[in-house]
Amino acid sequence: MSSIKIELRQEDVNKIKEICASFNNDPQELINVLHKCQEHFGYLPAEIQEVVSQELVIPVAKIYGVITFYSFFTMTPKGKHPISICMGTACYVRGAEKVLDEFKKELGLQVGQTTKDGKFSLSSLRCVGACGLAPVVMVGDKTYGRVAPDDVRNILKEYE
Amino acid sequence: METIKVTIDNKTVEVPKGTTINKAARKLGIDIPVLCWMELHDLNIENKPAGCRICVVEVQGRRNLAPSCVTKCEEGMVVKTHTTRVLNARRTVMEFILSDHPKDCLICAKSGNCELQAMAHQLGIREIPGQEIAAMSTYRKDTSPSIIRDLDKCIMCRRCEMMCNTVQTVGALSAVNRGFMAAVAPAFEQNLEHSTCTYCGQCVAVCPTGALTEVDHTPEVLRALADPAKTVIVQTAPAVRAALGELFGMEPGTLVTGKMVTALRALGFDYVFDTDFAADLTIMEEGTELLDRLTRHLNGDKTARLPILTSCCPGWVNFFEEYFPDLKDVPSTAKSPQQMFGAVAKTYFADKIGISRKDLVVVSIMPCLAKKYECQREEFSVDNNRDVDFSISTRELAAFIKQANIDLNNLEEGQFDSPLGESTGAGVIFGATGGVIEAAVRTAYEVYTGKKLSRLDFTELRGFEGVRSATIDFDGLPLNIGIAHGLGNARKLLNDVRSGKSQFHAIEVMACPGGCIGGGGQPLHHGDSEILKARAAAIYKEDKNKPLRKSHENPFIIKLYEEFLGKPNSEKAHHLLHTKYFDKKKKIIVKQ
Repeated sequence: MSSIKIELRQEDVNKIKEICASFNNDPQELINVLHKCQEHFGYLPAEIQEVVSQELVIPVAKIYGVITFYSFFTMTPKGKHPISICMGTACYVRGAEKVLDEFKKELGLQVGQTTKDGKFSLSSLRCVGACGLAPVVMVGDKTYGRVAPDDVRNILKEYE
Repeated sequence: METIKVTIDNKTVEVPKGTTINKAARKLGIDIPVLCWMELHDLNIENKPAGCRICVVEVQGRRNLAPSCVTKCEEGMVVKTHTTRVLNARRTVMEFILSDHPKDCLICAKSGNCELQAMAHQLGIREIPGQEIAAMSTYRKDTSPSIIRDLDKCIMCRRCEMMCNTVQTVGALSAVNRGFMAAVAPAFEQNLEHSTCTYCGQCVAVCPTGALTEVDHTPEVLRALADPAKTVIVQTAPAVRAALGELFGMEPGTLVTGKMVTALRALGFDYVFDTDFAADLTIMEEGTELLDRLTRHLNGDKTARLPILTSCCPGWVNFFEEYFPDLKDVPSTAKSPQQMFGAVAKTYFADKIGISRKDLVVVSIMPCLAKKYECQREEFSVDNNRDVDFSISTRELAAFIKQANIDLNNLEEGQFDSPLGESTGAGVIFGATGGVIEAAVRTAYEVYTGKKLSRLDFTELRGFEGVRSATIDFDGLPLNIGIAHGLGNARKLLNDVRSGKSQFHAIEVMACPGGCIGGGGQPLHHGDSEILKARAAAIYKEDKNKPLRKSHENPFIIKLYEEFLGKPNSEKAHHLLHTKYFDKKKKIIVKQ
C-alpha cells in the first residue's frame, strides 16, 4: 500500500498544476509537461511526479518509467556548476574516460550525482560539435578543450 | 465483413481483414512459437508488445523478418513460418534472452511450468555462445506479503504491465529504465508493498518465467502439522476444487472436491473444513445488510447508502481503499468468507473442542494471492494471533500433495468434517463471477418476500462479459444488480457510484477476470480462456448437485446462530464477522 507522504510548498503545487493545466491536463502531453516542470524546477523529484500523476491521471509508475527512459530527464538536482564530459567518439579515443575518472575521483561522485554542498554535478554527454578540441569538458556554459587528467584539479579551482 | 486470402506454409486461408499472421496461422493449425504474446480471448485481453521477436516469420517480398503477433495479413500475402532463416533468427533471439537469464532452473519456483524453459527446450538450445564473457544484469529481489519479484528472471514480455495497467487499472507496475537496466517495477523502484499494488496476483498469473511468483507458505504449514501441541484445521475455497485436478493431469473443469478432502486428511490436517460454509455465513450477514439498507432507503432514510458492494474479494477491498476511499462506507462491512471462517473457528469451534485459540492453527487453501495479505491485516488478529494463520494457493497445495507422494487421481472421495464443512450450492458459486450476488439473491428474495423461489438458476447473472447487469423482480420491487470482474471494469461501475449516476441497488465485484476461478493462485492458464470457462461450468455443476442450494437453509448455519451468534447482524455477529475499511490513498501534504 502507498505509504510515502510527500511534502511540497503550496506555490510549487500551484506551479505544477498551472503547467498541467496549460496542456489541458491531457495525459498525451506528459513529456511536454515534464519538460516544462524540469525547466522550472531544475529536476523532477518524486514529489513533482506525484502531483503530475494526480493532475494528468497517469499512474506515477508510468511517469517514473518515462523519466528513467529519457536521459534528458533527471531526478537529482544539478549542481551550481554542472560539469559535463563529452564521451563522443572523438573525445573518447583521445582519453575522455581518463578525464571523467579524474573528475569522479576529485569530487567523489558518480555520473548523475551532485556534491552534498550542491556546488558540482557530474554528467556525460555525446558530442558538443567541437571534436577538434577533443577531449571536451563543459562547466556550466564554459567550454574547456584538450583536457588532460592533470588539468582537472585546476579547472575545479576556478570555481572555489 | 471484408475478408482476405493469405498463404502460410503453402496452405491458403481466408481471414477477416485485420487478422494477424499469427492468428491466421492458428486457423490453419500452424502454431508459430510465441513468448511475450498472450491472449485470453473470451475476456478480451491481449498482450502484443512485439518485444521478444520469437514469433518472426518470412513474408515474401519483405526485406526483414516480420513479428507474426502484430503483423497484419494482406491480400495475397505469402508467409513461411519455418525457413532456415527464420529458425536461425529464432535461435539467436533465444540465445540473447538466455544470455542474460539465471540458469538456476533446478531450484526455480517456476521450474516445469516456465514458458521460457519450454521454449528453450522446443528450440533445442544446448549452449549459449559467448556466455563466459557476457555480463548479467542483476536486480534486487522484492518480497511483499503476497508476491515475490525476482527481476533477474524478467524477460520484459510486459504481460504483467498490461494486466496491471490495461486490465486492472491498478498502475503499480511499469517498464522503467532502459537497455541492460530495464525492468518492470513500481514507481521510484520502491518495493511492491509501498506501491498501489492490490495483490490481485494477475501479474503472477501471466508471468511466463519465475520473475513473479507467490510467497510460499507451505513450509510454515508443514511445521504446524509436525507440532503435536497444535490442532491444525484447513478450509478450502470454492474455486480450488474446480482447478486442482488440472495439476494432476485431469481435464480442466474436473471437480475434485472429495479427492481433495482425502488428500488434505492424508497430509495430516486434524479437521478438513470448507470455506463454502463461511460463504453461506457471508450471505446471511451481507444479505441482511442489503435488506436493511434497502428497506431503510425505501422508507426515505437518507443515511442508507445504495448500492451495496460485495466485500469478499481482498484484491477488490485493497483497490477501493486505494482509489475510492471517499466511498468506503458503500461496500458491505461483512468480512470475506476466509476471515469469517477464521473468526468462527478461533472462537466457536475452539470452544467446542476445548482448546485455546493459540493452539489452533487455521490454514486456508485459496485460488488467490491477496488472501495471503488479507490474513495478515492487523484487524484480523487477536493478541497477535491471526484468525487465519496461513493461506496457501491452489498451486502450492498441488505441490504439497505431490511432495507427500499422493496421487490425487487414485484417491477415494472423502467428506468434509462437521460442522464447519457443511455448505449449500450458494456457497460454491462464490467461485465464479456473478456467483456471490446470485447466492445473495436466493436468500434475500426469500427473506424479503417471505415466498419460496420458483427457480434457483439466475442465468442472467452468469457469464464472462466484463460488466453485466440484470433486474430481478422481488415480488414487485425491481432490484437492479450490477456485476464487474477485473478491476478495470469495477472502476467503471465505481465512477458511476461516485458521480451519483449508478442505478444499481447491489453490485458484485471480483478483482480477477472470471472471478476466483481465474485467481492469481490458480493453476496457470497460459493464455487459454477455455480453461476458465470449464472451471466456471464445474462450479455451477457442483451447485446443481447439492441437496441444499440456499444459504439460509444450511442447518449448520442455523445452528451457529442459535447456539452462538444470535441473529444475523447481531452485536456478536458484528464484532466477529464485520470489519471496517481504511483510506490508503496517497496524500500530498503541503509544507507550511
